[in-house]
Amino acid sequence: MECQFALTGKGYVIIAADTTAARSIVKMKHDEDKIKALGSHLLMSYSGEPGDTVQFAEYIERNIRLHQIRYLHPLRPSSAASWIRRQLADSLRSQSPYAVNLLIGGYDVATSEPHLYWIDYLGTIAHIPFAAQGYGSYFVLSLLDRYHNPEASLEEGLDTLRRCIAEVEKRLIVALGKFKVKIVDKDGVREIEL
Amino acid sequence: MSIMELNGGSVVAMVGKNCVAIASDMRLGNQALTVATNFEKIFPVTERIYLGMAGLATDVATLRERFRFRVNMYTIKEEREIEPETFAHLVSSTLYERRFGPYFIEPVVAGLTSPSKGSQPFIAAADVIGCLNFAKDFVVCGTASPELFGIAEGLWEPDLEPEELFETISQTLMNAIDRDAFSGWGAVVHVITPEKVITRTLKGRMD
Repeated sequence: MECQFALTGKGYVIIAADTTAARSIVKMKHDEDKIKALGSHLLMSYSGEPGDTVQFAEYIERNIRLHQIRYLHPLRPSSAASWIRRQLADSLRSQSPYAVNLLIGGYDVATSEPHLYWIDYLGTIAHIPFAAQGYGSYFVLSLLDRYHNPEASLEEGLDTLRRCIAEVEKRLIVALGKFKVKIVDKDGVREIEL
Repeated sequence: MSIMELNGGSVVAMVGKNCVAIASDMRLGNQALTVATNFEKIFPVTERIYLGMAGLATDVATLRERFRFRVNMYTIKEEREIEPETFAHLVSSTLYERRFGPYFIEPVVAGLTSPSKGSQPFIAAADVIGCLNFAKDFVVCGTASPELFGIAEGLWEPDLEPEELFETISQTLMNAIDRDAFSGWGAVVHVITPEKVITRTLKGRMD
């Protein structure tokens, strides 16, 4: 019942994820952070099989950091997304595949462009202006088809995001509580209060 | 629901007079939900050979990378560009390597032989384990392949000039994907001639 969505705008990517950690009928935690900063200008939100999610996310985080230590230059969003996709694709036909779905948002400092990638547990990758994972996608994608503006200012983008969250709150059977929202732009990664 | 129908998508290739064309739709779905409308399934292998793959999207990406590696190694070792028929056999052997745990894609190869061999048009298709089909007229694959077969059979004729071939393949693809729920959301057509490759994007029923 996890929900994540993301959208790009003029020089930024916003990623929002719910903060609920639940098992069956029990909500164990209401302040879980499901969005990791992989680098100075790269965010990744994750959802899926409990355990796999954090294991995979930390593995990715460490390896992206290792790349930066080894080669000094951070990976560009498209390269990072491609590498991460490859990890999932390799895992798919292994003994125990990771069942983790991701949204990767990054700001490419070389071209000053925001990029967003949707990657599922099979290693399917889509490079799109807005995306969602989980049941929330059924509510949110059509809203974003209508209201998303790739040249929107940050304020406009956040308004669109609020619309999406309101829709999920209204129509998803499970109450997901607060959403954690993080932004990546030319100044890097930061969390914001909606 | 079959694994080949999870993401949806279709590819078709046709032979013309000293040219070939290859076209695909742009949809990436997750069963009924459309995730992306810019998912390219056709990739240039060399300037004169294009490879299209329909089926499971993760394998499309994985194989695109594997073929890029294998073709680069071929070019380095042989010090020449790979021929379309050779590349088709490379596709076949790459798929057969996974005979008992296959990649879930159906590839389509379209290209022209090198100028020294006369720039002859070439198309081929294969199944998931690499059984090659060297058709003389057209090849189809993907979720709309029954529809594509029907229309291509009706519209195709030999010795179509590049412009006519573009029209024929476009009509074939557009009408076939309109009848298939899992394909659509636009199309891209590449027409490969000895001088250049013309790529056009088509807007059809965006549903």
